[in-house]
Amino acid sequence: MSEKVKVTIDGITVEVDNGTTILNAARQIGGDIVPPAMCYYSKLEGSGGKCRTCIVKVTKGSEKDPRPMPKLVASCRTTVMDGMEVLNITSPEVLEARAGVVEILLINHPLDCPVCDQAGECDLQNLGYEHGLQKTRYEFERRTFERIDIGDKIQLHMNRCILCYRCVFTADQITNKRVHGILNRGDHSEISTYIQQAVDNDFSGNVIDVCPVGALTDKTFRFKNRVWFTKPVDAHRDCDHEKCNGKVTLWYKGEDVLRVTARKDQFGEVEEFICNTCRFDKKATSDWVIEQPTHIDDTSVIASNHYETLKPLHVIQPNQALQAANEIELHKTVKY
Amino acid sequence: MSRKLLLEHINVPGINTLEVYRQKGGYRAVEKALKTLTPEEIVEEVKKSGLRGRGGAGFPTGMKWSFLAKPEGVARYLVCNADESEPGTFKDRYLMTYIPHALIEGMIVSSFALGAKVSYIYVRGEMMPQIRILEKAIAEAKAAGWLGKNILGTGYDLELYVQPGGGAYICGEETALLESLEGKRGNPRIKPPFPAIAGLYGCPTVVNNVESIAAVVPIINDGGDEYAKIGIGRSTGTKLISASGNLVKPGVYEIELGLPVEEFIYSDEYCGGIANGKKLKATVAGGSSVPVLPANLTLKLANGEPRLMSYESLSEGGFATGTMMGSGGFIAFDEDQCIVRNTWNFSRFYHHESCGQCSPCREGTGWMEKVLHKIEHGHGSMDDVDLLWDIQRKIEGNTICPLGDAAAWPVASAIRHFRDEFEWHIKEPVKSQQQNYGLASYATPIEKAPVTEEK
Repeated sequence: MSEKVKVTIDGITVEVDNGTTILNAARQIGGDIVPPAMCYYSKLEGSGGKCRTCIVKVTKGSEKDPRPMPKLVASCRTTVMDGMEVLNITSPEVLEARAGVVEILLINHPLDCPVCDQAGECDLQNLGYEHGLQKTRYEFERRTFERIDIGDKIQLHMNRCILCYRCVFTADQITNKRVHGILNRGDHSEISTYIQQAVDNDFSGNVIDVCPVGALTDKTFRFKNRVWFTKPVDAHRDCDHEKCNGKVTLWYKGEDVLRVTARKDQFGEVEEFICNTCRFDKKATSDWVIEQPTHIDDTSVIASNHYETLKPLHVIQPNQALQAANEIELHKTVKY
Repeated sequence: MSRKLLLEHINVPGINTLEVYRQKGGYRAVEKALKTLTPEEIVEEVKKSGLRGRGGAGFPTGMKWSFLAKPEGVARYLVCNADESEPGTFKDRYLMTYIPHALIEGMIVSSFALGAKVSYIYVRGEMMPQIRILEKAIAEAKAAGWLGKNILGTGYDLELYVQPGGGAYICGEETALLESLEGKRGNPRIKPPFPAIAGLYGCPTVVNNVESIAAVVPIINDGGDEYAKIGIGRSTGTKLISASGNLVKPGVYEIELGLPVEEFIYSDEYCGGIANGKKLKATVAGGSSVPVLPANLTLKLANGEPRLMSYESLSEGGFATGTMMGSGGFIAFDEDQCIVRNTWNFSRFYHHESCGQCSPCREGTGWMEKVLHKIEHGHGSMDDVDLLWDIQRKIEGNTICPLGDAAAWPVASAIRHFRDEFEWHIKEPVKSQQQNYGLASYATPIEKAPVTEEK
């Protein structure tokens, strides 16, 4: 079953492999029509379906069975059928439901962005900007938990957690043994370890990278700096851990490496998981071979301090002669 | 007297023992099925009977069975869902307590029809007495050769296990039940794949309610066609209704589907009317998850025809003027009951029982509960009613499993039909703490729709 199927998302048709999810088909098209995903992680099997931010409307099931689906579906867990027609940003119903999900995700969130290490690279923050309301309608006391240290390098802020289960899947699939999971039920559920056991594994640090919010934070980076003041640089080292290839992003402030993370793609997903030695222990420029500045999307707040590309001045754009003169500079601004 | 199929011998002393159950014709269905019928023929009989799932959704049981994938060399399972924990529903507990062998007999026949060699009965953890009763009954049946290896010399083997649950409402959702049965956290799975393709331990599985499985016994004894003659339209057979609330005689009743609701509430054969000579204000017709209806819409359809106890008639008019059969948990409220308080109580339940996997249900149920608590205790504002309406709309249909819908529907229907009462609570914060809103116009009879003569 490797034949291609055609799917139309917001009027754009794309051919994808059979068995692709709607979300991944949308990612192949790219741009604004990609549904946001808070819990789905393409590198983690079985993830997705929980946060409901990626819901879309299927107006035509398939060529064979053109009936629309009765409910909005989670695009990350619904596979495409040949001839399927999907509405994402062109459907007011979807946008309304998504705004509802965002509002619901935020009602128990502490909104402590000013002191949160994740601010600037937080999926929930981005989502809140795009879909959220100006003011919350929730007027009750928010649910709170105590902060706990899980292991000597990771701190858990359960208040900020949106229970995406990504860190649970990471521990299941990347590390040898999972010692943390979800306790309790409903809105009292929390991520925790087995009787406060430490999360101690060569790959445990990856839970920080997969966390879409500031619930799992790097203790070696806590309160060191705001991410938008740091400059990300791609680097590598010859890591002797068999499962780690040592390809990372270093986050500089001046001369100092403040933190090390795995490299992330345009959807904010880790490209390759890295080991804890690379992440926590190698914080000198001499440990690394620098490759290039990391590409930062200019919608991100981190881009405000970024030096990868110099934007051509606006006067150039309508002027043919100036455009020809600045061809190389303009070429650099084209997004691939 | 209407026909009784499941509870026919309920008053016979000792019917919970194998000996008495046999004397009253028990295990005839097993003999008939295993010796004279093939599995396909049994499925065909159940299809012909038109039996619909008794757990709440009302999906045709025969259809569900025929969807079961049958790959070579892969085990198939039958799981009986006895995780009955819906507020207002207690029919399965009653059946398991008094006639446990009816369920075991149904399990044997159904397992044979589906080709399952191992079957499970997943019982809610709080029902410890029923678990012991079932285990005792299974031991009796096994000693008499109705279970185990080579049943009745037909070469069919079946092991039947009782599994106590942890006491979570969510484990009554079939995929959460399977997760829990596998020993994991009881979170509903994302469908597809459906259990008929990949269920328990990744093998094809059928999950059925206790009453559906018990109903297979009379279907095999009398034939599917005979069973289909009882009832009305596509609602065939008999149904156990657990009646509770302000009734003269609350309890479990077996009714023929198609009985008028008015007769069920007021006739002496069934509930015997509203207790203490009060008037009916509202009903919840099928367990806490279904929309609540005011008295006038309970007894009559929107066009003035009498409403019947059947899947179709109860849902007549959609959610605007109808409700659902659900699991048959019939709750009646008299004029002294407060709908706001009741709605708050229901949403408290759903808040407590939400599994916390997907966001709208996890956060939204708690939010609704808090807003309702505020209104009920006299601190509400007019915006809160609209807010509640908006929250329930954001939850309904956007969740993995139907618990989100079940939490949203009671709130939605209470606002739809009883908005006056919510607004009275807000306008009269002091008075609403001391007295109830009363009957208002909720029982005003609906006039029969004028018949327009065609010319």
